[in-house]
Amino acid sequence: MTSIEEYGKYETAWCPGCGNFGILNSLKHALVACELQPHQVLLVSGIGQAAKTPHYLKANVFNGLHGRSLPVAIGAKLANPELTVIVESGDGCMYGEGGNHFLAALRRNLNLTILAHDNRVYGLTKGQASPTSEQGFVTKAQPHGAFAPPFNPVAVAVTMGASFVARGYAGLPEHLADLIAQAIRHRGTSLVDILQPCVSFNKVNTYQWYKEHCYELGEDHDPADHDQALRIALEFGERIPLGVISKKEKPLFEEQFAVLKNGPLARQEVSREGLRQVMQSYL
Amino acid sequence: MSLDIHLLIGGEAGQGLVTIGQLLSKALVRAGYEVFVSQSYHSRIRGGHNTFAIRLGAGPFFAPRVSIDILVALNAETVALHRGQLTGRALLVADVSFAPDLPGVIAVPFAELGPEQLWNTAALALLGNILGLPSEALYQAVEGMLGKKHPEALAENREIMEKSREWAATHVPEHGFALTGGVSAADRLLLNGNQAIALGALAGGLKFCAFYPMTPATSIVLELITHAEVMGCVIEQAEDEIAAINMAIGAAFAGAVSMVATSGGGFALMAEGVSLAAMTETPVLIVVAQRPGPATGMPTRTEQADLEFVLHAGHGEFPRAIFAPGSIEACFDLTQKALALAEQSQSPIFLLTDQFLADSSRPIAPFDLAAITPVKAGVEPDAVAIPYQRYRFTDSGLSPRLLPGMSRQLVVADSDEHDEEGHISEDHGVRIGMVEKRLRKCELLKQEAVAPALSGEKGADLLFVCWGSSLGPVQEAAAVLRGQGRKVASLHFSQVWPLVLDQFLDILQGAGRIVCVEGNATGQFARLIQRETGFAIPERIARYDGLPFTARYILERLAAVEERP
Repeated sequence: MTSIEEYGKYETAWCPGCGNFGILNSLKHALVACELQPHQVLLVSGIGQAAKTPHYLKANVFNGLHGRSLPVAIGAKLANPELTVIVESGDGCMYGEGGNHFLAALRRNLNLTILAHDNRVYGLTKGQASPTSEQGFVTKAQPHGAFAPPFNPVAVAVTMGASFVARGYAGLPEHLADLIAQAIRHRGTSLVDILQPCVSFNKVNTYQWYKEHCYELGEDHDPADHDQALRIALEFGERIPLGVISKKEKPLFEEQFAVLKNGPLARQEVSREGLRQVMQSYL
Repeated sequence: MSLDIHLLIGGEAGQGLVTIGQLLSKALVRAGYEVFVSQSYHSRIRGGHNTFAIRLGAGPFFAPRVSIDILVALNAETVALHRGQLTGRALLVADVSFAPDLPGVIAVPFAELGPEQLWNTAALALLGNILGLPSEALYQAVEGMLGKKHPEALAENREIMEKSREWAATHVPEHGFALTGGVSAADRLLLNGNQAIALGALAGGLKFCAFYPMTPATSIVLELITHAEVMGCVIEQAEDEIAAINMAIGAAFAGAVSMVATSGGGFALMAEGVSLAAMTETPVLIVVAQRPGPATGMPTRTEQADLEFVLHAGHGEFPRAIFAPGSIEACFDLTQKALALAEQSQSPIFLLTDQFLADSSRPIAPFDLAAITPVKAGVEPDAVAIPYQRYRFTDSGLSPRLLPGMSRQLVVADSDEHDEEGHISEDHGVRIGMVEKRLRKCELLKQEAVAPALSGEKGADLLFVCWGSSLGPVQEAAAVLRGQGRKVASLHFSQVWPLVLDQFLDILQGAGRIVCVEGNATGQFARLIQRETGFAIPERIARYDGLPFTARYILERLAAVEERP
């Protein structure tokens, strides 16, 4: 049995009232619920306030470059498929700078979990529009309001046939912890887009705003029903659905590599007989 | 004069000239001859003017030649482009429809011999006849390529080969190119530079490679993929070069010996990843196969103009090493060394090659597999002090590297400046400590640096300085000059960074005239030597037309250099 204490307590660099506190807390509860110990877990992040999360709990950590958390995570998972790999970054990092990696990762379907802290604004660089900012969202960098409509990560993921797509909310910690635990347990790439207020830079999508717009999906929603999932995924405005939106079994990317059935690559010796055969082929 | 025949096959992409060339090279090597094979091609799938050149005979040969002894023209354009290079005794093999009326022309009625898609096999058999290779040797080479699964195709090929031989027996004029007795009876590998890099990587313990296709680096990875299952490697085509290097870093962090391979443009995208590998102290081998830039440049041609780029790529200050092999053997050896050094120094290590070396083949002795020591990633958990700190301060700057998930210890790596544990830190004292810790690793890189190789005597009247792939052409030029009674030496750098002054400065200081031969327009290596040593090399022979150096090119320009007072 693992306890929440094993995941430790750290000072953070976040603003008081930041949605990240709730997400961190839910993540710890999810890891305990999945009976994972810190050394079994690898948290990979990019850059941003969300990407600092791995520094605030005990686990293996690779805090990489802005936008590049997914390729690092994929490399690590392919080197050691026994690691539980969780990718954690914000909307700018995951959907902006890392957009191409996000699409490619969903296509591949490795067994890993993506937690996208989606506060719909850039925090660390102090308040510019992000890919998920509302159209017309006014910032110092977008004084006339963001021109382009927001990216809908959930709809994109469902359209691409991602194997697990969910939306959570930082203000509903128990619901979120359950979503994260389901995502970790799911065999395949799981996306949890986590709506998160930014008390410093997003004065539109506040705790109150989310309370008024979000609702939890009920038992009548079947995540295995693709058409229904797509309809729910496209619902983002007056009402925002929370919960597991789409879920399907798909072949795991890593299973195409026979060598990975033998565990981590680091434990596998170089075959001298193999090398001899390879050399013979050039005679 | 020892036997030295230069055979050039020219035609459009899609006419099968590479097939003829490869099969003939293989048969020649098996028969015990030396070959040096180089390719020139356009960046297109069909059409264009491509050539496959085989320099063959007693050798060994380390560079291409300009003048041609046997020209096989698969189209009229080849005749027009290359007839000026023909030697006085040359043969020219061409279809009767466009064969010119010249001495030494063999006008072949290919249409009478068989269907057009087999004309390349007909040309192969004809060349076998000219060179005096046994027909079985060529047939075995064809069989080796087609495999026994296609008996009908094999029979068709055999038929046209026999017809071609029969025709040749009565139509080929007298010539001086029949080979007599092989020079080497031992088994040899026929490898190009990229194949040798792939083999070196596998022998060095490579487990992971991510790539995005880019000429002339792609064939390194294709070679790895061919052997991936036997060798238990994971090779992944990434969505872009940024992903490729980040995947390699992630895999290396988790314990897989890792590399990427690309060319200048792709490497430009990897630059931030280079910096990440340095900051997180993650070992990664980065192979950069140069082609002419800037931007897309000339995708299928050669140049040595990315030295300064590779030396400086990545923001911030951190240690790196750059190897620049000059031969097929060095491609194999230095790739292993680079992988080992990446792990030892927990740093990004580079192998800098170019299209010329990538696509040039030579027969070499099989590698001694008993002598290799594949890299092992990380250290054993019982070898570290507890509490474990990934970036513990040490005198050498090297902190024991545990692999995440392989013990109960937690491994924390960060691209931000970090404390000894690996957690993000903005403490200025920690910052100074970490900068100095990383830079202390330069000492290891200097200790491990491969010394430049001097060929010829110290204090020679003329010293050629070169690096990377220009080794072969420079050595051939030096040999020609020595044959004229001159005192000539060459100094070749197969590692261009870090430079260790004790290894070469006295050689430069003791030489007469020094000429730096390098494949770029601005003398990048000569200027690097000057920056590091204060020693200026004023004379240089540069090449930046996209073509490789040859001995003739060097000697012609040397004459101009020496005319100057």
